[in-house]
Amino acid sequence: MVAPVRRAATVSLTQDIWRRFKRHRLALFGAVILLVIIAGVAIGPWLWTVPINEIDFNARLKPPSWQHPFGTDDLGQDLFSRMLYGGRISIAVGLAAMTIAIVVGTIIGAIAGMSRGLVDTFLMWLTDLFLSLPQLPLLLLIIYLFRDSLKKIVGAETGVFIMIVVVIGGFRWMPVARLVRAQFLSLREKEFVEAARALGASRLRQVARHILPNALGPVIVAGTIDVAAAIIAESTLSFLGLGFPPDIPTWGRVLFDAKDYLDTSPYWALFPGTLIFLTVLSINYIGDGLRDALDPRRVL
Amino acid sequence: MTLPGTYVLRRLLIALPSLLGISIVLFTVLALAPGDPFGDIVSNPNIPADVAANLRLKFGMDDPVAVRYLRWLTAMLQGDWGFSFASRIDVDTLIMQRLWTTLLVIGSSQVLALLIALPVGIYAATRPYSLFDQVANTLTFIGFSLPTFFTGLLLILVFSIQLDWLPFVYRSDISATGWRFFWEHFRQTIMPVSVLALFQAASWTRYVRSAALDVIRLDYVTTARSKGLKERVVIMKHVVRNALIPVVTLVALQLPAIFGGAIVTEQIFRVPGIGSLLISAILANDTPVIMAVTFVFSCLVISFNLLADILYGWLDPRISLR
Amino acid sequence: MTERELRGLIEAVRKGSITRRQFVGTMLGVGIAAPIAGQLLMHAGIAQAQPASTYKGTKRGGGGALKVLWWQGATLLNPHFATGTKDQDGSRIFYEPLAGWDTEGNLIPVLAAETPTPANGGVSRDGKSITWKLKRDVQWHDGKPFTSADVVFNWEYAADPATSAVTIGSYKDVVATAVDAYTVRVDYKKASPFWADPFVGTRGMLIPKHLFEAYKGAKSRDAPNNLKPVGTGPYKFDSFTPGDMVRGTLNANYHMPNRPFFDTIEMKGGGDAVSAARAVLQTGEFDYAWNLQVEDEILAKLEQGGKGRVVIIPGGDIEFIQFNFTDPWNEVDGERASIKSKHPLFTDPAVREAMNLLIDRDSVQKFIYGRTGIATANFVNNPPKYRSPNNKFEFNVDKANQVLETAGWKKGSDGIREKGGKKLKVVYQTSVNQPRQKAQAIVKQAAQKAGIDIELKTVTASVFFSSDFANPDVYTKLFCDMQMYTTTMTQPDPEIFMNQYVSWEISSKANKWQGRNVTRWTSDEYDKAYRDAEGELDPVKRTALFIKMNDLVIQNRVIVPLVSRPRVRASNLKLKVPESGWDSDFWALQDWYRDA
Repeated sequence: MVAPVRRAATVSLTQDIWRRFKRHRLALFGAVILLVIIAGVAIGPWLWTVPINEIDFNARLKPPSWQHPFGTDDLGQDLFSRMLYGGRISIAVGLAAMTIAIVVGTIIGAIAGMSRGLVDTFLMWLTDLFLSLPQLPLLLLIIYLFRDSLKKIVGAETGVFIMIVVVIGGFRWMPVARLVRAQFLSLREKEFVEAARALGASRLRQVARHILPNALGPVIVAGTIDVAAAIIAESTLSFLGLGFPPDIPTWGRVLFDAKDYLDTSPYWALFPGTLIFLTVLSINYIGDGLRDALDPRRVL
Repeated sequence: MTLPGTYVLRRLLIALPSLLGISIVLFTVLALAPGDPFGDIVSNPNIPADVAANLRLKFGMDDPVAVRYLRWLTAMLQGDWGFSFASRIDVDTLIMQRLWTTLLVIGSSQVLALLIALPVGIYAATRPYSLFDQVANTLTFIGFSLPTFFTGLLLILVFSIQLDWLPFVYRSDISATGWRFFWEHFRQTIMPVSVLALFQAASWTRYVRSAALDVIRLDYVTTARSKGLKERVVIMKHVVRNALIPVVTLVALQLPAIFGGAIVTEQIFRVPGIGSLLISAILANDTPVIMAVTFVFSCLVISFNLLADILYGWLDPRISLR
Repeated sequence: MTERELRGLIEAVRKGSITRRQFVGTMLGVGIAAPIAGQLLMHAGIAQAQPASTYKGTKRGGGGALKVLWWQGATLLNPHFATGTKDQDGSRIFYEPLAGWDTEGNLIPVLAAETPTPANGGVSRDGKSITWKLKRDVQWHDGKPFTSADVVFNWEYAADPATSAVTIGSYKDVVATAVDAYTVRVDYKKASPFWADPFVGTRGMLIPKHLFEAYKGAKSRDAPNNLKPVGTGPYKFDSFTPGDMVRGTLNANYHMPNRPFFDTIEMKGGGDAVSAARAVLQTGEFDYAWNLQVEDEILAKLEQGGKGRVVIIPGGDIEFIQFNFTDPWNEVDGERASIKSKHPLFTDPAVREAMNLLIDRDSVQKFIYGRTGIATANFVNNPPKYRSPNNKFEFNVDKANQVLETAGWKKGSDGIREKGGKKLKVVYQTSVNQPRQKAQAIVKQAAQKAGIDIELKTVTASVFFSSDFANPDVYTKLFCDMQMYTTTMTQPDPEIFMNQYVSWEISSKANKWQGRNVTRWTSDEYDKAYRDAEGELDPVKRTALFIKMNDLVIQNRVIVPLVSRPRVRASNLKLKVPESGWDSDFWALQDWYRDA
């Protein structure tokens, strides 16, 4: 008797969220931009077949033209195809690392916020520990310990990808955990949660239906910031020899390479900068839309 | 709310063993991390190989990690911070030389960031999707999409090279006196502080806006409004206070950086702060310096996060921490 | 030029029928570097006239502040502990050696009254003993007189293993004795063709006995003056923040007249090379910047700022690619790249020959290094007397394809050549550094066209150049197929430089990978030439031996030289700096001045 009713309720809830999301025009706009970017980097390299590493010394530092829509860099390589190719990695790294940071952070923060005493103390100790670790020596240690063995197990590219994503995500979950915990500490004492508790709602249900949706605001913000940070962090890692090989033009890397030519060839930096910005912007609008759609009290 | 006194005391007592635990992890990571401080010496053909071996012996680097850790711990307990391999002087001297510059530059950038983020974030939240909100949003996205190495360079190109208004090499010992001294310091501080403050303010503004937005929707704010309270009072008393919880969390997370410095920005503007000390120590594998800086840093992380926990109780008296 | 002609010319100088300057000019014309020409004369017992100083200042002081920028700041100021040039340069502001090297390789006296020569009795006939005469009117910054006791003390201090001085290599095999208060004799164990090492140049800076005497040996690190130098130099110590700033003020009792020109000196550290160049070339905030490892294209653009110019000083450093002669991918007796193994691809000379043809040195110079890296076919490039005339380089993809085809390497379906089941796939590593990554890209693309697949790898410099023998990415291990970096030549004599290919320097597990022979290539012929050069007192024969060694390495394609890298500095247009490629930037700091 009970089960079918519940399923019906869930379906209508999902539909409801989608209905609310669709009404959020900026969120739709963000979703469209993100889809365009993802589609661009996914199929773009098939359509725009200029090789990413074709060195042409006669076409160095050329501004955008029909032949090179984004211009060329100082080795005469076509920036458009480089951006398309590098975008795959940058977006994948950004989204995956963000997901790790958010999921780990939310779980740890939620557990710490709901439990008291030893569990909370231990989890916050763990957070403090990760906040204190000097990242550079630790990264060097990780490269040294795991790079070769991981390469052997899953192959060069996947190995590097997994390592980068885990490393970036692993260094960015702590603020999320502390934010979620703080939200939980405050929310779990609010009237509507007490009401649910009084009605005999289980702990899991309290969290899932009442506390978590209201704690998502900072999580979504952290998520968007983490995407940008991860895209840039990837390029930093490649300077430590941890990232992808130097000839793979991820967006962060192109931006870094362009910096010394900022006064003479500003377009070189403009394109990666704008693409990172647009990605972050669209993800954020989607996040805003999701949050509004999930907010049960908001009438839309 | 339970008596904060016992809670604070208990947390302080727990802080000691947790610091000890963190110091063990830090020391182990540094001991195992690749690289060695005498690489230069070994790769130089004019220096015999046994010089490096002698130096390793002299600094006790060939002992087991546990022995070295205990030696570090006992020295630290007696107030001896260690001895730099690279500079061959005491680590605390190195840190003290750079402490004031770091506090000044990073500290003022954090204050500035907060002064921007709080009003902008709250005002934007009270008028979601208004023109002001949209403009503020766009600016903040630009703010954290662009890394500091990029914005720093942009400022240098505009203000130092095109306009020639500001110096871009920071000097901690300016020889001028009186007003000129302060003026010169102010001029050279503008760019590093702005770069850091804008980057920080961009993300903080987003958090403040989101937190305020969450609170504004909660029932009791609606109740307060319906009781006929003035909008300004509602905002200040209920919204700001509750919205501050995530802000306090974030600020507490960020404050240890006032000591730790900002590596990239310090590098760009040549600010002789602790961040640049740390990065050169890491690149030179000068373990005692790295250990001292990160250990002080972790002390600050623990104490500021503890402070944040106490502040939660004050901001929202219903929060009880036991 | 034959040995006989050379001896004739030297005799002509001795008789005075041609001048010293004409001789050096003739030598330069036939590709013999000035430093070596100078040494030839010196060895032949012809005293050199003191080259006229370019200094035009007429009074001490009055020049205002001299502001220089080192993007790696000095971390310590005791010259006996100074490992990098940054520390040597910081120390050189306050401390001075007996003599320094000018850019032509002449030995110029600083604290010595004259340069020792066979003619003035300073150099003994058997080449085993050198006698230095000291200047008499020199005072330390605290007013105490400088005497031979100070010189002898520096030898004792540095040679004591307990001091752990990095200068020990220059002092441990000699004996210094005070003949009188202003004369010091240095005795060498064996005949030394190149004797000008202890008390000379960057490893010869002298610290005062009266302040360091109590801190010789194990207590060396406790000396308060490690941080507060008291020397004889043109500037007195003012303040020091390690890694950030060294400041000095004019020494009113300096031992050379009318010097120094500037009232204060500031040596600021930190940041990166590009912005250091900006501060000198574009904004003029600083007068001089050190070591600008920046693409020349950027430097040329910054130079249009009109405030300063880029200064290029020739030296012996070289950026080169090494091939691994052992197998880095399989262990033999528990050791990767064991000397008992053979590299699966590079032991075939055709593969090395093809790689040599695929490296586009002209483009690397033209589009990456410009004035800051000169494409070369030789390992030894400076001093020019040691530069072999026998080698040329060529970039030719078709020829490389041919060479591989002939040797039996056939293209597979994926475009990669293979032979006997072995594919031409190699890993090519270098340190993280923008110009190097660009050079990697250029090589990789050309190799692709010849059916060689290159995987690029970068290692952060602090690991790549470390001596951490637990780490597989250290350059001395060469646990990959080929690698690229710059090897430095610190003296105007190639003896130490050339030990990179002798069999007893092979880098292996047994010596914790601290051997200098990284490619692990060996040749009896090379070993013999090296042994002969070590004891050869005749500079002409010695030169021929070094050229032979260079040719062996090049013609066997053990390595591929890319570009020779001169020192690159930026200087204010009005600043006059006597440069040297063989000594510290500050080797003649007392002569720096600014045109009105």
